[in-house]
Amino acid sequence: MADRGEPILRVRNLVKHFPLTRGILFKSQIGAVQAVDDVSFDLYEGETLGIVGESGCGKSTVAKLLMNLEQPTSGEIFYKGEDISKLSGRALKAVRRNIQMVFQDPYTSLNPRMTVGDIIGEPFAIHPDAAPKGSRDKRVRELLDLVGLNPEYINRYPHQFSGGQRQRIGIARGLALNPEIIVCDEPVSALDVSVQAQVINLMERLQNELNLAYVFIAHDLSIVRHISDRVGVMYLGKLAEVGTDAQIYDHPTHPYTQALLSAVPQPDPEGRDTRERIILAGDVPSPANPPSGCRFRTRCWKAQDICAEEVPLLAVPERYKDSDTGAKHESACHFAEDKDIVHA
Amino acid sequence: MSIEMTKAETPGVPLLEVRDLHVEFRTREGAAKAVNGVSYSVDAGETLAVLGESGSGKSVTAQTIMGILDTPPGRVTGGQILYRGEDLLTLPEEARRRVRGDKIAMIFQDALSALNPVLTVGNQLGEMFRVHRGFSRKAAKAKAVELMDRVRIPAAKERVNDYPHQFSGGMRQRIMIAMALALEPDVIIADEPTTALDVTVQAQVMDLLAELQRDFHMGLILITHDLGVVADVADKIAVMYAGRIVENAPVHELYKRPAHPYTRGLLDSIPRLDHKGKELYAIKGLPPSLTAIPSGCAFNPRCAMAQDICRTDVPAQVDVTERDGSPLGGRSSACHFWKETIHG
Repeated sequence: MADRGEPILRVRNLVKHFPLTRGILFKSQIGAVQAVDDVSFDLYEGETLGIVGESGCGKSTVAKLLMNLEQPTSGEIFYKGEDISKLSGRALKAVRRNIQMVFQDPYTSLNPRMTVGDIIGEPFAIHPDAAPKGSRDKRVRELLDLVGLNPEYINRYPHQFSGGQRQRIGIARGLALNPEIIVCDEPVSALDVSVQAQVINLMERLQNELNLAYVFIAHDLSIVRHISDRVGVMYLGKLAEVGTDAQIYDHPTHPYTQALLSAVPQPDPEGRDTRERIILAGDVPSPANPPSGCRFRTRCWKAQDICAEEVPLLAVPERYKDSDTGAKHESACHFAEDKDIVHA
Repeated sequence: MSIEMTKAETPGVPLLEVRDLHVEFRTREGAAKAVNGVSYSVDAGETLAVLGESGSGKSVTAQTIMGILDTPPGRVTGGQILYRGEDLLTLPEEARRRVRGDKIAMIFQDALSALNPVLTVGNQLGEMFRVHRGFSRKAAKAKAVELMDRVRIPAAKERVNDYPHQFSGGMRQRIMIAMALALEPDVIIADEPTTALDVTVQAQVMDLLAELQRDFHMGLILITHDLGVVADVADKIAVMYAGRIVENAPVHELYKRPAHPYTRGLLDSIPRLDHKGKELYAIKGLPPSLTAIPSGCAFNPRCAMAQDICRTDVPAQVDVTERDGSPLGGRSSACHFWKETIHG
């Protein structure tokens, strides 16, 4: 892999446990939902890191932790070498300017009583130095134009826009402060297929023009592959596998990734009867009481005794250390094995 | 005359046929024309996929077939729904109730809101047998356990007394399927049955649905916006746009050679797992408001091929043929330029 310099975001051993308590007056902790457990990754300038996983795997909690909307139980998030997870007050405000977020639901993430101009301009009220008072209107119009909306719409309200247009408003708000990193939590999953493509194209164009780094969280594997440079697969609070998009999709070594890829319905009826499918048994276990050892072992067809005893570490598997194929990437499985599922 | 008597399959008469159906909703902005002349049919053992984006009228058509359309504000303004040749729309409510659930059953998207939260699942499943078959409570419960076994809910005997919230999303959807299957209907309408589910669970549920359809030799109408799911299970497809069917085709044909620009746009705009392109094709603009459907072809403002005729004349549904005029079975398109679209 080419040298891309220092990562702008380094996440190390991030843990978030939400306590489960009993009682009202005399609260006692009876357990914890282990939403995120020991997650580490890097994000480089101008790249897109996709994070995929099913509901409850902790991907949205990761987004909240990156935004400092939740305090981690332990672990660090370094932005340009500085641990931002412990910051507060003015220092936090200064960092937040560079890390912005685009939310999933364009219907609930915009205040219905504010005009589009107020919504996109609100970041300037919090960071007055980002745009001098007199120039704010002009800047908002520029932003509207940048995301492909008519600048004349500045005084309209969110309900006057369609879902795709609202998502553009959300993106414009995220861009207002010229951030370096945008955390996108399921940004297109609420949109129709034909509109989804428009928003994905917009996000890619903005990334090229503004050299943005995206953390792109989604459950749709084909969209994640399309937009991402690197992909992390999460299962039950842990990263199962991390690699470039080609490594993950063409040479998945973790059984969960393989099952996930094989379960995605392909938009092509050719060969549908001969395609290999791995149908997992059962549901995702509760994160309040995850299985010992490897968290995937209860649904895994490869599970052995060691899987219940030892937590597999996220590392390049021993057998692929000297490999020159795409299988040489980090995978948290005792029995990691390259298997082509997609047959590109 | 009665529906029970015509149980035997009559050759030439489709199991269920929708003919030129029109449905409107009264709104403050005037009549919203949700369904404008939809025709489709399904036979025993066959899977028809109705593909469309939000607002295309696919669910309203299903609700009209089931007789669960809210009237008012909804109103059927024309057309027929023929079950074994008999028009359901002219039947008195009493007779329709005997069809609903017994002959034609429906699976809803959101199992959590479709199930009654204050009744046990056993009670809700058993209700079908008590109401339609006059079973005793005890016999109905035994039937409920049997059904839960059939849809592979583990420990059905113990879980029959649980409430819907005690089940996971995938399990709840299985209960919905069990409920639809209870009286062994001839036709099942599944409205986005897996949209709310994760991919690995979606694979389980679709698998189950396909297996049960085979075993019971039912007609299945699958309503979805997901081109991947359609490619996996459908025999034939009806593509809907703005309340009309724009294209009919067998599944392999549709994906290989779409005969309507909208279908082609949809197929081009999905990011595919097995290829990573530069920019996604995006259909420009937005689906129209149902109170102001464009004149001529409803798709014309978004269509790259639109000519003057598209803005004035509503294209009729015409049979699609090979270049030399030889027929293509089961294919039709509502586009003035279908020849150019399919034959390039």
